[in-house]
Amino acid sequence: MNDLYNNAVGHWVIVTIAIALLLFTVLTATAYTVWFERVALGRIQRRPGPNRVGPFGLMQLAADGVKLAFKESFIPAKTDKVVYVVAPAIAVAAAFLSWAVIPIGLWYDVQYWIADLNIGILLIFAFSSLNVYAIVLGGYSSNNKYSLLGGLRSAAQLISYEMALGLALVPTFMIVGSLRLQDIVEYTVTWGPYHGPLPLIILTPVGFVIYLMAAVAETNRAPFDLPEAEQELIGGFLTEYSGLKFVMYYLAEYVNMITVSALAALLFFGGWYLWIVPPVLAFLGKVVLFLFLYIWLRGTFPRLRYDMLMRLGWKVLLPLAIANVVVTGIVLVALQG
Amino acid sequence: MADEETKQDQPDNPTPLRRPGEGVPPPPQGERPGVVSDVVALGAGLKTTLQEFFRPVVTTMYPEDKTPRSERYRGRHYLRRYDNGLERCIGCELCAAACPVGCILVVAAENTDEKRVSPGERYAKTYEINMLRCIFCGYCEDACPVQAIVLGPEYELSDTSREKFIYTKERLLEPLPPDVQARLNDKASGTGTTPPHADPPHRAGR
Ligand code: SF4
Ligand code: SF4
Repeated sequence: MNDLYNNAVGHWVIVTIAIALLLFTVLTATAYTVWFERVALGRIQRRPGPNRVGPFGLMQLAADGVKLAFKESFIPAKTDKVVYVVAPAIAVAAAFLSWAVIPIGLWYDVQYWIADLNIGILLIFAFSSLNVYAIVLGGYSSNNKYSLLGGLRSAAQLISYEMALGLALVPTFMIVGSLRLQDIVEYTVTWGPYHGPLPLIILTPVGFVIYLMAAVAETNRAPFDLPEAEQELIGGFLTEYSGLKFVMYYLAEYVNMITVSALAALLFFGGWYLWIVPPVLAFLGKVVLFLFLYIWLRGTFPRLRYDMLMRLGWKVLLPLAIANVVVTGIVLVALQG
Repeated sequence: MADEETKQDQPDNPTPLRRPGEGVPPPPQGERPGVVSDVVALGAGLKTTLQEFFRPVVTTMYPEDKTPRSERYRGRHYLRRYDNGLERCIGCELCAAACPVGCILVVAAENTDEKRVSPGERYAKTYEINMLRCIFCGYCEDACPVQAIVLGPEYELSDTSREKFIYTKERLLEPLPPDVQARLNDKASGTGTTPPHADPPHRAGR
């Protein structure tokens, strides 16, 4: 295997297969996240959710996909055609690229990843910032006031939450001393009689809370789904999109949702470590738990008003994140002398 | 100049302006809610939705399960027969006259001794209802002097072409479902549970 990997051609073959496998996994996971969300939201509202297509409605997504794929690929008049078509593709590409560096824990020292980068988390932030281009460009090119408003809101929302999100994670890096996701999960402490991996939430609870809130805003999900805002903006940047281009945005939203859930599990809850639970199940369970949390939030809270969102981002989360960094720094220096 | 124009445009009695402080509700009393109570409120919301999550689903699984209908439910029409097999309808066209959307077509013909279809002088040679237009008001049933046309309980009337929604006499003459029969018996005896119409259909101005 190693020989094959070191050979130039063999390397690319292996990487291509690995990418295909990962794409398949993430796509399947996305499909079932959508199913999970619809069922969970339904249960919150005391209805069963999709239950007609296949057992427990599990094939609903296939039916929806086929329906959307066969819809007319409609481009409204007076749109900026190239941008209009490219924007959804940017959304999907940005969403999937994050998964290049996210390690999927299969066993204690066996993980599945495409690229082993020592700045993994930075790359993820870079790609998640690209997502806003997709939304702004989509909103701008649609030549529709609702779309434009949705796109602008998205841009404003992103700059106010991206910083809080990044700063919320800085204490984690300060403690671990690495940006590599594998290192963060494998972070071990010796603490009295205990020696082993420690879920970092114990050390950075404030960072976790900020991350949780900022991540909801970052993925444009309720209660921070202002770029979409069906009630005020029809569908925001999505208003003029239909068929497969709509699917791309939709897909990107759910992939991003899985990404932030997986990151929360990796960064704060010890990734694939959970007592004696098999690592792959532990990892999956944690991700599903976070997905449920996001769905639960969506099922509970009404959308925030725009100025409230901005106030929360700039006046609460950002100062809190900065204070968190400063305090962590002081404690670290004091502990290490 | 511009001021004069706008002055002219104004009505003689403009709505009086609100004086400062007039009609303003007093500022709320007591403490403003703090961060802690806000977070507690968020938690209460999350708890409510989680509780709902584990409570049973209330959806009726139509079409496997159906919710009960009122016994006065007005669905598709039926034409009735007498017990001896003769049709009740005497082709008087009162139902067609009563119908607010005009979706009933009755063409009457004379009964003869050789070919007796109804006990009266005439019978309906053609009787058609356009179900796409019908609003299921039940005026036809009220108008009929011999209670020939009645509305039954079926509401699943979807079909694949417009032509199939013209219900012809053959289709309408199908045997009555038992619950409609029971309702009509109640009505005939006058002691039934079915209350009479609160306001009779008015036919003025038609
Ligand atoms: S129910 Fe009303 S609308 Fe329908 S046929 Fe009878 S009178 Fe006309
Ligand atoms: S159904 Fe009744 S009202 Fe209509 S034509 Fe026949 S007898 Fe007259």
